[in-house]
Amino acid sequence: MEAAVKEYTYKDFASDQEVRWCPGCDDYVILRSVQKALPEIGVNKENIVFISGIGCSSRFPYYMDTYGMHGIHGRATAIASGVKLANPKLSVWVITGDGDSMAIGGNHFIHVLRRNLDLNIILFNNEIYGLTKGQFSPTSLVGQKTKSSPYGNTQPPFSAGELALGAQARFFARIGGNTPKEMTEVFIASEKYKGTALVEVLQNCPIFNDGCYAKYTDKAVREDRQLFVEHGQPMIFGKNKDKGLILKGLRLEVVTIGENGVEESDILIHDAKEQDPTLHQMLVRMEYPMVTGIIRSFQDVTFEEREDALTSQVKANSAFRKTDDLFFSGDTYEIKG
Amino acid sequence: MDTKVDIQEEILEAVIIRFVGDSGDGMQLTGTQFSDTSAMFGNDVATFPNYPAEIRAPQGSLYGVSGYQVHIGSVEISTPGDEVDLLVAMNPAGLKTNLHSVKPGHTIIVDTDSFSKKNLEKALYESNPLEDNSLENYRVIEVAMTSLTKEALKDVQGLDNKAITRSKNMFALGMVYWMYHRSTEHTIEFFQKKFKTKPAIIEANTKVLNAGYYFAETLELIPNAYTISPAKMEEGTYRIIMGNTATAWGFLAAAEKSGMELFLGSYPITPASDILHELVKHKHFGVKTLQAEDEIAGITSAIGASFAGDLAITTTSGPGLALKGEALGLAMMIELPLVVVDVQRGGPSTGLPTKTEQSDLLQAMYGRNGESPLIVIAASTPANCYNYAYEAAKLTLEHMTPVLLMTDGYIANGSAPWKIQSVNEMPDIKNMRLKEFKENYHPYERDKDSLARYWAVPGTPGLEHRVGGLEKDKVTGNVSYVPENHEYMTHIRAEKVKRVQNFIPDQETEFADSGDLLVVGWGGTYGSLHSAVKHLNEEGYTNIGFAHFHYLNPLPKNTEELLKRFKKIVFCELNTGQLIKIFKANFTGHEFLQFNKIQGLPFANNELKEKFKQILS
Repeated sequence: MEAAVKEYTYKDFASDQEVRWCPGCDDYVILRSVQKALPEIGVNKENIVFISGIGCSSRFPYYMDTYGMHGIHGRATAIASGVKLANPKLSVWVITGDGDSMAIGGNHFIHVLRRNLDLNIILFNNEIYGLTKGQFSPTSLVGQKTKSSPYGNTQPPFSAGELALGAQARFFARIGGNTPKEMTEVFIASEKYKGTALVEVLQNCPIFNDGCYAKYTDKAVREDRQLFVEHGQPMIFGKNKDKGLILKGLRLEVVTIGENGVEESDILIHDAKEQDPTLHQMLVRMEYPMVTGIIRSFQDVTFEEREDALTSQVKANSAFRKTDDLFFSGDTYEIKG
Repeated sequence: MDTKVDIQEEILEAVIIRFVGDSGDGMQLTGTQFSDTSAMFGNDVATFPNYPAEIRAPQGSLYGVSGYQVHIGSVEISTPGDEVDLLVAMNPAGLKTNLHSVKPGHTIIVDTDSFSKKNLEKALYESNPLEDNSLENYRVIEVAMTSLTKEALKDVQGLDNKAITRSKNMFALGMVYWMYHRSTEHTIEFFQKKFKTKPAIIEANTKVLNAGYYFAETLELIPNAYTISPAKMEEGTYRIIMGNTATAWGFLAAAEKSGMELFLGSYPITPASDILHELVKHKHFGVKTLQAEDEIAGITSAIGASFAGDLAITTTSGPGLALKGEALGLAMMIELPLVVVDVQRGGPSTGLPTKTEQSDLLQAMYGRNGESPLIVIAASTPANCYNYAYEAAKLTLEHMTPVLLMTDGYIANGSAPWKIQSVNEMPDIKNMRLKEFKENYHPYERDKDSLARYWAVPGTPGLEHRVGGLEKDKVTGNVSYVPENHEYMTHIRAEKVKRVQNFIPDQETEFADSGDLLVVGWGGTYGSLHSAVKHLNEEGYTNIGFAHFHYLNPLPKNTEELLKRFKKIVFCELNTGQLIKIFKANFTGHEFLQFNKIQGLPFANNELKEKFKQILS
């Protein structure tokens, strides 16, 4: 029988290691939000595993009092896949950054999404390389001046969400790095979701890319510039809750409720569970408003479910129980002394 | 001219037969059937397939020739052999590329129907070798196999022309069965199983096989008939096994014995893919396989599975091992069990994917950043791939450090009789798992003898901990930049590997314990070296010993003492001299010589014997 689920507070998930990120880094917010989410997911901490790659964010497992591995650059998703396949009962979390997941680990990133194992991936996107001290990343903007692009970056960026949806991500959420309450909710939802759940955090790096998301995330502009979507709710935003999205032709358009005859009932209702990702892709691409919250949450068969079903079927149809059954089957022959 | 010859029964100890033809002619199947049938008759056998990297090279071309060599004997057979007693050539290209391997005076069977002008041109023959006397040093048996096959099948319904022509390999097999007094029974049973739903194919193949058999019997065109008695082999239940299958089965056995689940993370690569193909079949034993997106995901998924408590392995060949280097360093640093199988092929770079070589040893030993010693062992025959895969799993679980298992294309694709070893006969496998809460657990606490750390896996309450590629504090496993700690940990990881010496057998020598020359080898060259030294021993050279190393890092404890008993030591390797480099770095005061071959081919018996004689003279 399964052991009873223990009661925890966020403090139970803090390890004895001193946290060593730069003062003011959003990573602290993410750490605390995860520690606050975990007591809510109903999993004993011996069954929780954090796996990371390399980068500032990837120190994360050391700060969690769970099982954890600080892996190598770009490979956290592949390591985590092995953990999950070995023991599907575990709650497995991948911690990665924009360089770790979309540059050096790009291949594993798209394939993990394609397979749809039940994993949680938290992508710390700060649009810069922090640990190697300030080079451009695959999400840095064209023209961005960095240590390795002193005259401006000439490589067009990936959009994490577009890349993920293109790789068949069934769950994609985006959240500002300075909204811990919503972040905690998204993490809880990502754990409850069965399948690969990708959460992109718009994470400010105060040292090498300070303010890169300020126009969407600063407290003063946040409500006017961000649309926090919720499944089944109209996509309304703005301080006065008077802006919303409608579909016009093949584009989403921002409208003001009460102007030009637009009523609240005209505003699109968010359907995160829709299989067709077309609208989700449009939401992901928007810059005004920056869409946050759970953009896509389509429930599909997981990789472990497919594997399990196949294994049960093979087991049921096979006479082999022990290796002796195999070794002594078929074309064997006797040599007499 | 009367070609009839009195049939004489010639009794042979061993015979080497090579079947060659187009890569679509079914030569691999023909060879496999002959070797299986002979093994069941009680012969010792060794086989060696030799095929092009192209799946279907242009028909009739020289580079599209596919071959399968079988060595059968009433005596111990340790290699597929060098020069052949019988060549079966299904086309001119096969004859041209293999003629040099036929012993002068020995037999060649050709399908005359395939010696058309077009095929002769494709094989770059200026004149027809069957007509220009260029084969006068051989006994050539000309058989119109394609026409005879068509004739045999003229009454069988439901076959197209292609299917008819394709079964001519069974005509050749039937003839060879008659020549060596082998029954067609096993092969007919094989058809019945393989083509269960296609009765026309069963009928056709059986007819053609029998037609070939009776053709050889009744036309008396065969100059000699040969008898090979059963070999004196140890009593027991046997089967024919390929090296890659044996490797896969060794891991199955280790998983069962240790009570663990087996996980394979792998990316397809020649010549290692057959291990993946084999293990993926065995979901009934709970085997988990992940065909990953690349070599790196192959090993890193295995590291994840190991962290979560599975017996984890990854399989590859040289180029893939290079890609796995960084991850292998991680596995060593976090001190988790992991087996990496390197089925070596010709290198460097893409090299010679379907040919054999032993040029990955230094990569296996040193091919990682930082000080990162691993356990390195090597199998040496198709059958003992089973034992060394098992041993690799045992060592990695008991010593908590990765093990590299080296095999090569030669033994991986070669097959031989295997006296089946049940899991019940295999040694126990311990592991370092902590099954329940332990007060004050620290991940880097070690067993005092082996220095293996204790292993807590996710799911065990109270033992939550973190590991990673950053240097670890010697006890707590927390990140540590303390200079003395790094030096201490570097030494402890090396010492842990060195202490494996206390748990492995001493190195043995064959033929002589001391003397003038010690022949040293490792890996897939065992058969060639063993038979060369054996022949010389039988010729009266009792001063040559033979030591074949299976444990390469660490080397067995008695290695130095063993070397001292011989005046000269010759290292025979299919590379430019890799094991000898390791010995030169570790042992001084010995006369080390080397003999190397880098042609993608195994050593030939004669070249070894000549070399050894030359050293002794």
